[in-house]
Amino acid sequence: MLYREAGQFKTTYAEDMAIFPIRQDRIALGILLGIAFVGVPLLATFHIWPFNSEYLLWAILLPFLILALAAIGVNILVGYCGQISLGSGAFMAIGAYSAYKLGTGVHIPLAWFGFAISIPPLPVLPSILLGGLMAAIAGILFGIPSLRIKGLYLAVATLAAQFFFDWVFLRVPWFTNYAPSGSVNAPRLDFFGLAVNTPIERYLLCLIFITVFAVLAKNLVRGNLGRQWMAIRDMDIAAELIGIRPLYAKLTAFAVSSFIIGVAGALWAFVYLGSWEPLAFSIDRSLQLLFMVIIGGLGSIMGSFVGAAFILILPIMLNLIPTQLGVPLSTETITHLEFIIFGSLICYLLIKEPHGFARLISIGKEKLRLWPFPY
Amino acid sequence: MRAPDTNEILLQVEGVSLAFGGVKALRDVSFDIRKGEIRAIIGPNGAGKTSMLNVINGFYHPNHGAITFKGRTRAQMQPFEASRGGIARTFQNVALFKGMSALDNIMAGRTLKMRRGLLWQMLRYGPALAEEIEHRHRVEEIIDFLEIEAIRKVPVARLPYGLQKRVELGRALAMEPDLLLLDEPMAGMNLEEKEDMSRFIIDVNNHYGTTIALIEHDMAVVMDLSHRVAVLDHGVKIADGTPDEVKENQAVIDAYLGVAH
Repeated sequence: MLYREAGQFKTTYAEDMAIFPIRQDRIALGILLGIAFVGVPLLATFHIWPFNSEYLLWAILLPFLILALAAIGVNILVGYCGQISLGSGAFMAIGAYSAYKLGTGVHIPLAWFGFAISIPPLPVLPSILLGGLMAAIAGILFGIPSLRIKGLYLAVATLAAQFFFDWVFLRVPWFTNYAPSGSVNAPRLDFFGLAVNTPIERYLLCLIFITVFAVLAKNLVRGNLGRQWMAIRDMDIAAELIGIRPLYAKLTAFAVSSFIIGVAGALWAFVYLGSWEPLAFSIDRSLQLLFMVIIGGLGSIMGSFVGAAFILILPIMLNLIPTQLGVPLSTETITHLEFIIFGSLICYLLIKEPHGFARLISIGKEKLRLWPFPY
Repeated sequence: MRAPDTNEILLQVEGVSLAFGGVKALRDVSFDIRKGEIRAIIGPNGAGKTSMLNVINGFYHPNHGAITFKGRTRAQMQPFEASRGGIARTFQNVALFKGMSALDNIMAGRTLKMRRGLLWQMLRYGPALAEEIEHRHRVEEIIDFLEIEAIRKVPVARLPYGLQKRVELGRALAMEPDLLLLDEPMAGMNLEEKEDMSRFIIDVNNHYGTTIALIEHDMAVVMDLSHRVAVLDHGVKIADGTPDEVKENQAVIDAYLGVAH
């Protein structure tokens, strides 16, 4: 009964087009942001439950934020523009390694021409953003096949990007600055003179990134470009006949999506992992991101968050619950159980609600608006 | 219906032939569409009517012949060029963007009129927001005109067929076309819906002065609505003229009723 829009009159189109046109939603969002920006850091600073240890911040919240950012990127391409991609891990890797190269200084010896291109090490923020830009360029290149092929065939073509870049970063020592083990270390995190070291600082950094990117992405998908993407997704022939150029719409979707994924990749490497190997961005990562957007909700920014939370937290819960109940299980059994339960849950969800959690939530909201009188 | 005052020709089709392998969909078809008129293209099933529309808006490229639109002659063009030139259309089986609301579908029709680039849209502030609101105003006028205010936020997949057809007309109108192609706008409708749709078509023609070319099987509707009728049969134009002339034409009667050989 509290969730009502009765009496909230909108007198301008700007009000009607707001992201959250219903006041109760705005209040809920405000509370959520307050908890995320103020509550969590405060609790963590004073080690109050559930932040007694750094586990929750390090192992759950930090990866959640970064992977949710990547999921937003994947959702723009797969959910909004309808182009299935299995190469998200590769674009994360491009973001991470480009940011790494730019952050440690780029030196391209062009012996044949008798000179070399050298760029001095850049600060962290430009490295990360330029890493995203490199991923966007790669995204456009690997998006070109989408003009000719669709659906599963396109997915296979993007799979080529995944394997190609896996190979490149493993085999071309230039990208890892000739590190003998192939593992590289992120440069010191330093934003405008502010060092980012403790888990709380890292958490806040990622939170700022994802808040800004989520707002920008939401603006894009509810604007003209977003409508073009969805039009291409829903019926490309009709889209073309109302004047949408498939070339422009598809490649912008690839570029924007890869940019966000690239930035997420750079954050994943710099802020979460610290030091990493190409394996961190393997095909497993691509599939994980794809599951996130499918389960969370294709074509929904909020769904990206829900999907990331589900995929990350569920395995941890499945690990914790038997221990809490005092059921002794061997680690192997737990791992197997995790796979079984996880797989069946995904199947069940996809059969019951193919549009993911985001659709479930919006149905719930619609019901709630009328509750308790469903007419 | 009163015919338009001018005899200015908006679209001229000259000797167009189209073949898919051995199937000849259109054979040497010529006709014109005058500015401001409602022009019907009729014919039995498989006569080549939809193929004709597809040729006009660039979806099919004719094997022979030329099309002159607004004084410019061309042999072929791409669909988005046709839309840029001011040709809009609706489809026989509704081709809406199913995942989007009615409002977003019609807003998508404004794509060509919107100028702000990616970065502005991302910020959605100042000029970008102003542009969005300005186009929303235009779209709301169309929504008002088509009497679909109540369903503007509903995903179109949930709408009944008659309303989907109306939203599709709205999307085409949002393009502010010079030439509107309607492919069986009343197919599958009941009498009431047909009357509504006829009213909208006449209003569009009167109100916005849009030239309309329509394909329709319901002869009563065609004869009432259109100023001139072209009849196709097996890809050949067999008659052309006012509804009354066409009604009396022996070739047309034979094509529809069959003839003893």
